Amino acid sequence: MTSGENINPETIRGLTQSRVSRRMFMKGAGAVAGAGALSALLAACGVTGTNPSGANPTGGNASGGTDWTSWWASKKQNGVLNFANWPYYIDTDSNGKHASLEAFTKKTGIKVNYKEVIQDDPSYYAKISPLLTKGQSIGQDIIVITDGWYLTEIINNGWAVQLDHSRMPNFTANADRSLLSPSYDPGALHSAVWQTGLTGLAYNSKKVPEGITSFADLLDPKYAGHIGLFSDNTEYGSMALLATGAQTATSTHDDWNKAVEWLNKLKPSVAKFYDQGYTDALQNGDIWISQAWSGDVYQMQQGGHPEIKFVLPTEGVITWHDNMLIPITAENPVDAITWMNYYYTPETAGIIEDYDAYICPVPAAKDYILNTLKDPAVANSPLVFPSAADLAKAQEYYTYKNLADYNAWNALFDPVAQS
Amino acid sequence: MRRLSVPYLLGFTGAAWLILFFLIPLIAGLIVSLMSGDVASGYRLTWNWSIYSDIFVNSNVNYALFLGRSLFYGATATLLTIVIGYPLAYFIAFRVSPRWKTPLLFLVLISFLISFVIRTKMWVFLLGAQGPIISFLQSIHLAGPDFAVLGTPGAVIGGQTYNDLAYMVLPIYVALERIDTRLFEATEDLYGTKRAVFFKTILPLSRSGIFSGILIVFIDTVGDPVNAALLGGRNTYNFGEAIQYAYLNLQQYNVAAALSTVLMIALGIILFVYARVFGTENIEDLV
Amino acid sequence: MSTTTQTIALRGAGLTLDDIPEPKRRKRPLLPIIYWVVIGILLLPIISMIAYSFNFAPNNRVTTVWQHFTVQYYLHLADQADLFQAFLLSITIALLSAAISIAIGVPLALALERYRFWGRGLVSSILFIDIAAPSIVVGSSALSFFFTLNFQTGFWTILISHVTFNIAYAVVTLRARLSGMGTAYEQAAADLGSGPVAGFFRVTVPLLMPGILAAFLLSLAMSIDDYVITSFVAGSATTFPLYIYGIKTGLPPQVLCFGTIVFVVGIALFFANAALNRRNKV
Repeated sequence: MTSGENINPETIRGLTQSRVSRRMFMKGAGAVAGAGALSALLAACGVTGTNPSGANPTGGNASGGTDWTSWWASKKQNGVLNFANWPYYIDTDSNGKHASLEAFTKKTGIKVNYKEVIQDDPSYYAKISPLLTKGQSIGQDIIVITDGWYLTEIINNGWAVQLDHSRMPNFTANADRSLLSPSYDPGALHSAVWQTGLTGLAYNSKKVPEGITSFADLLDPKYAGHIGLFSDNTEYGSMALLATGAQTATSTHDDWNKAVEWLNKLKPSVAKFYDQGYTDALQNGDIWISQAWSGDVYQMQQGGHPEIKFVLPTEGVITWHDNMLIPITAENPVDAITWMNYYYTPETAGIIEDYDAYICPVPAAKDYILNTLKDPAVANSPLVFPSAADLAKAQEYYTYKNLADYNAWNALFDPVAQS
Repeated sequence: MRRLSVPYLLGFTGAAWLILFFLIPLIAGLIVSLMSGDVASGYRLTWNWSIYSDIFVNSNVNYALFLGRSLFYGATATLLTIVIGYPLAYFIAFRVSPRWKTPLLFLVLISFLISFVIRTKMWVFLLGAQGPIISFLQSIHLAGPDFAVLGTPGAVIGGQTYNDLAYMVLPIYVALERIDTRLFEATEDLYGTKRAVFFKTILPLSRSGIFSGILIVFIDTVGDPVNAALLGGRNTYNFGEAIQYAYLNLQQYNVAAALSTVLMIALGIILFVYARVFGTENIEDLV
Repeated sequence: MSTTTQTIALRGAGLTLDDIPEPKRRKRPLLPIIYWVVIGILLLPIISMIAYSFNFAPNNRVTTVWQHFTVQYYLHLADQADLFQAFLLSITIALLSAAISIAIGVPLALALERYRFWGRGLVSSILFIDIAAPSIVVGSSALSFFFTLNFQTGFWTILISHVTFNIAYAVVTLRARLSGMGTAYEQAAADLGSGPVAGFFRVTVPLLMPGILAAFLLSLAMSIDDYVITSFVAGSATTFPLYIYGIKTGLPPQVLCFGTIVFVVGIALFFANAALNRRNKV
């Protein structure tokens, strides 16, 4: 035995090399061809589509002709709610407890399994769509999805339960009036807003002491190489539409082309298209200016980085909505809609908003946060309860009409970030 | 039990598992590239070979560029792991006493104990513009105020080199460890220089170890989407990220499968040519 | 002269390479300097991970600015409930996949190392491709496969995929051990009247134990660490690396605590393995 072999020779071998010779390869080739034929046979089965019939049950009609009244009548409360949400998106105390959920359980007896499993829409959609295609449970009774292509798909494919508004009177009574019939889900038939947010710009005032006010400022050569954008093409595409003076919701392919031109002008100044970690990058000075979500900026400021500032660009700002949906395969839809109704009270929405600091879907929560929770910083923040003037500048994302429309958008905007 | 049937009984489960869950999925996965359709209506096998020209000629994004970039990053990182890893392996194999070899090799392997996503994220912290490393370099005036590492191709290649170094050190070490040190004296007697000992004896005898290392490191780095995503910037988009995006975001399964096939073929050709040129004819002798 | 023939020649002479005195050489400090500098760089992220796991994290997000020392995140490991579950899932998958890989790998390694049979070349080739194929290709292909078969992705598909790549590492590791240990003991057992099954469990397995342990640890490490393949086949399950990678805005400090714990346990296992290796040395 050589001297080195007391150091786990097996481990070394395992880490380094398999043993095979060219002769073995040749011998194996025939059998591989056999397995290949088998695989081809298998592949011939194809991959099932998410909506093979091309049905399009949007526009206020019941999905696939379901009689929703009797659907809801047949469901019972089960005392359990499986709730999938994004990280850092509900009130959490220093022991990791969620007061809002505990109060809900105390009041209704419904136990909540709250999971922070949604990191972004595309990857979450990729996870759930194969299951929903087959009508299988995804193990969740509420999921939170941003308005955009994936939300549209979920509704179009008939994967979202039509909400019974008679079971959620608080929503009708307390929700911000603009949320009763959002452009992406007329009549709010399938969705109830969890949080609204703004995608604007943020900058590090240590690096940019003069501040910025508009998207046009990004083109200033002195910021070259210090700008971060989101890697999501809906985000930077919408920004470019605003920057070029288009209305996102009604934008045409011509507008899209102009937006791409504008982005290509900006691109040399961009340091990175961030899928994650832009908040760290801003705090650490890797970038000076970035596209940013309002709530993230608030959280950064609270986390010891008051130098990070949020800007509502003069050209306009994007507003988005993260929506609670009940998947069609949910096992506890009654428990889910009970929570939705419970959420739309000034108390619950207030407790959660005091932590989240995005835009509260329940305007009356402002008084609750100010007078009961005694947190004027949040209650008076123009980011959490924006003024009517600020909201007037806000535009929604473009709503994709169909897959071809979405593909056209991708074909134009993807090459900007992928180069 | 008949003697003849023994290996088949022993090997059946393993072989069946590998064929069922590795070989067939691999080939079937690559065949998906010949399907057409979209995510809504589903994908059907239509033997659509033109996808392979489409992804390079008619595509809106430049997949050829991403492939070239991935190969370049992978090749550079592989070269760096050899340049850095060889002295390490040499040092452990020849310059320390036997009882120190275990701990010293263990130190090379130690980063395997940390999830590589955490490792790479820690580098993002450490290499930040206000992080400890750049601050230090700036304080001793080795770096200008605008000096940045993150977001550059160098950061991606560096991350790949860091994450894969041990895969190079180990096989080289194993190869070096097998060399009979008496050969050194013989070579030195013959040629008269230390340099000759290295180039005429040690390097040729460790060639097999280098090849094993290249095999693992090159393949791993060329397909890797993580280092580029975490450490890279605007100009580091690579083939692995493109495959992931086509698969998980666009759900264009046929495009993603075609890209995967291209990657497999490109790697296969490069490694075959390398093995031919450098004469590694029997991989089984390597370790 | 090939290294193999050297070794054989030496064995024939009853010698090992250990017995040959190394020629005295002038020691230059360059190599040790390179070694320690590289090790220093390798350790840098590990040291900072351990250090920052004790740093207070405002808003429960890791910050590079030193705040103050705290052990609170170790005391509240389970608070980040999803991270904790992701960690438990990773550990479960790792242990199960390592155990299954060993159970399948030991007989396969025996077959490949001790017998010549039809299909041996094929299986070796598949094992080779299994190790060599890029993760991104393996992961995406596996997902297509599961889609085509209407398999629900989740715990089981992660487990299957992890077993699939771990088998290759396990077999290679076990074959190294098998080729080193020879068949003398097993033959002796057979001569003494031991049946093949009894012989396997009484003689082969104990002799193979260091190899099994090494393969097990290697499989654990590979499984806990895998991101790319798992990202494709995970379905709605979230493993530890997936969770960490997926976090968009700031790391929760518990991530660093779990990393530190895995690191410490890993070192402990290494020493335990080394001790066992010494004791069982054949």
